[in-house]
Amino acid sequence: MLSSFALGIFTVLLLGVVLSLGRLVKGPKMADRVVVIDLLATIGIGMIVAYAIATDEPVFMDVTAIIGIVGFLGTIAFAYYLQRKADD
Amino acid sequence: MIRDILTIACLLIGTFFTVVAALGVVRFPDLYMRMSAATKSTTLGCGFMLLGGAIYFSDDFGVTARAIAVIGFVFLTAPVGAHMIGRAGYISGAKLWNKSVVNELEGRYTATALRSGDEDESGGSESVNQAGS
Repeated sequence: MLSSFALGIFTVLLLGVVLSLGRLVKGPKMADRVVVIDLLATIGIGMIVAYAIATDEPVFMDVTAIIGIVGFLGTIAFAYYLQRKADD
Repeated sequence: MIRDILTIACLLIGTFFTVVAALGVVRFPDLYMRMSAATKSTTLGCGFMLLGGAIYFSDDFGVTARAIAVIGFVFLTAPVGAHMIGRAGYISGAKLWNKSVVNELEGRYTATALRSGDEDESGGSESVNQAGS
């Protein structure tokens, strides 16, 4: 029962991903798209937790740490690149 | 039983905040509001989702400890990322919403003011003061 509930949670989070992809396509500047990348990494952590509960596999919980680190580094790198590009 | 109820409650709260953040990113009018929605709300939502996972897998203490460590990591790094994006967006000239009433950084935080601050400390602060007055 809890596993099907977690799959429902996964589906609702997928709706959030689809919503934010709209902004990724539309975003007038590149900074808006970087915001969406940051958001997608965070939603991805939530989706992985929901999937770990749905399949009852605690191994997937380790993936959240990797996604968190890579998402943070990607955001920082993109922001630094945007700032350098604006300086020139 | 009580563990399942706590897990369901945490997952529901976390999903609510995360989807509200996605909605805010789509609907808000300028970069700074979108950044605020995408960072603050998802930090809370993601924290609740991870807390739900930590409660569900509480038989295995290792998994719970790692999930709580990830919560701490997200709470530490999300504000830093938001600050970097907002700063880069302001320097690269993202416009404020036309109904925003105040911009306290007006003229003080441009690429030229920051660059002169890099070259010479005293000269940089002078130029910042002149731009402000």
